[in-house]
Amino acid sequence: MARYIAGRIGQAVGVLWAAYTLTFAILFLLPSDPMQLQLAAAGLQEDTLSPQQLAALKHQFGLDQPVWVQYWQHLCDVVRGDFGTSLSQHVPVTDLIGQRIGQTLLLSVSAAVVSLLAGSTLAYFATFVRWNLLRVFLTRLPALGASFPQFFVALFLIQFFSFQLGWLPATGTQGATSLIMPVLTISVLASSVLAQVLIKSFDETLSQAYISTARAKGLSRSAVHLRHAFRNAALPAMTILGVIVGLTVTSAIVVETVFTREGVGKLAQESVLSQDVPVVLAVVTIAAAVFVFVNLVVDLLYPLLDPRISHTGGKVRTPPPPLATEGVAL
Amino acid sequence: MTSTIHGPTIPDVDRMEVADPVERPGGRRANLRTAVAQLVRKPVFLIAVVYVLFVLVSAFWPRLFTSWGPYDTYPESAVLAPSLDHLFGTDNYGRDLWTRMLYGSPLTIKATLIALSIAIVAGLGVGVVSGFFGGRTDAFLMRIIDVLLAIPGLLLALSIVTALGYGTLPVAVAVGVGIVPGFARTTRAEVLRVKTLPYVEAARAGGASWGRVLLRHILPNSWGPVAVLAVLDAGVAILAIASLSFLGFGAAPPAAEWGTLIADGRNYLVTAWWLSLLPGLFVAVLVLSLNHISKTLQELNR
Repeated sequence: MARYIAGRIGQAVGVLWAAYTLTFAILFLLPSDPMQLQLAAAGLQEDTLSPQQLAALKHQFGLDQPVWVQYWQHLCDVVRGDFGTSLSQHVPVTDLIGQRIGQTLLLSVSAAVVSLLAGSTLAYFATFVRWNLLRVFLTRLPALGASFPQFFVALFLIQFFSFQLGWLPATGTQGATSLIMPVLTISVLASSVLAQVLIKSFDETLSQAYISTARAKGLSRSAVHLRHAFRNAALPAMTILGVIVGLTVTSAIVVETVFTREGVGKLAQESVLSQDVPVVLAVVTIAAAVFVFVNLVVDLLYPLLDPRISHTGGKVRTPPPPLATEGVAL
Repeated sequence: MTSTIHGPTIPDVDRMEVADPVERPGGRRANLRTAVAQLVRKPVFLIAVVYVLFVLVSAFWPRLFTSWGPYDTYPESAVLAPSLDHLFGTDNYGRDLWTRMLYGSPLTIKATLIALSIAIVAGLGVGVVSGFFGGRTDAFLMRIIDVLLAIPGLLLALSIVTALGYGTLPVAVAVGVGIVPGFARTTRAEVLRVKTLPYVEAARAGGASWGRVLLRHILPNSWGPVAVLAVLDAGVAILAIASLSFLGFGAAPPAAEWGTLIADGRNYLVTAWWLSLLPGLFVAVLVLSLNHISKTLQELNR
């Protein structure tokens, strides 16, 4: 078991490192002229500077060294928790993110909780009700929820609840009421994705022999559904927990922009607009870290929750995420 | 890939497709006919197809569906609510929003096609190579795919847009790269499945080279689920492209992609809700149609 845990942690660190390297490569190798990119981000014009100033700036950005030296330096800094300085705001990136990450965490965690509850409830009733019309409607509902662009959902909610009814504030981060609509916006998508997977899993579980056995014993439908089917159907769906959390994190970009919340998502949008390379690199790395961490936790918890999984020889295999998640999330 | 026939006395056994009972002479065409007959009987599917076709046709011949120009300003008829004259109303310069939507379509459709081509070429390539060769190649390629999957798609897209700058093309490339992993995994799974089927073995036994088996047997038989995913991913790509142009990374004004129009309309949400909500609905219905088509095809495939 210890070997399994160590292996999983090692793998997670490896994936995170590779994700960082890939993002670094995109940001530093892809632009034809990184110097011009970073000058533009810092708000400077290349032709207004003297060659000496240019050389000094180049040294300051670290661009006078070969790419692999820059990479090594950046990597060492990141391991120490230093993401460099923002080009456009001239503040350490860690401070910039530190001020805002609380807002985003609050939003993402509440959205993840709401999505889990809403998605499971929807899947539960979609497979439990007997009235066929309602059943079909509930089964199709997640596909509908996953098709609406998030900015559309957000704008619709603002128009309806803020401008028509005047119940909730349209923008801002003041108070709990300002959190309702952003959470709702993210949950529409995330709970739809979860419900799609859960419904499929439910359908497979309900055709198993032990369900018939439980019914034959004389248990009521609801008892079988909740205690036998739900617990078994929820297990495979656990593997997409990482996808759900990933969705709530990336959704923060659009949602925070629409609702003008000062979070990391809005910071990401602003940094891409100003081509602030260090901030973008930091945000992507942190998001990948969250995603990798959640997947790691799921991987480690899975054998504890499902005793059928053997850990012989330190090898435990969690099933790969169901294919239903492909193509839903970007 | 050269074709090396090991047993020269055996005439092209692989062409006879002995092992697949469905593949009788004319079988493929007959299958197609029954499939089409099944599809025609599904009204929602038909509506979805008609809507997608409408969006495509109106993108290339917008004159058929509107008599206004996309940049004609009429200050006297600014911010009009939707009516028969102006289906989506007018913006603050008096431009007809429906017309602007239709003239914005080619940009988004072009971006979607570029993104899909990248995803299909790269995803199919990686998936086929990975599934077909197996072993270390497979392990190595799948590790790369795992890493790509570890970065949430939209963030990967954002870093690519940061590196390449704004505009339709960078956004398309960014979205395309984001879709590659899903494609590669689905293709690989399909190739792995088909590879073990008896007719592949029969073709090999009949003396066909691996290259021939790959092109003639494995690829044609594994593209079904991949095609379904391509339709689904067209919807995903449209959503992602609209989101990225909504965030302000799309084509420069006055050219307007769908996402840009919606973002512009956002500033007038209090007084003119139609400026952002109707274009949003237009996009949502398109994505919904593509999802429905993909789902119906998937059920048909089974």
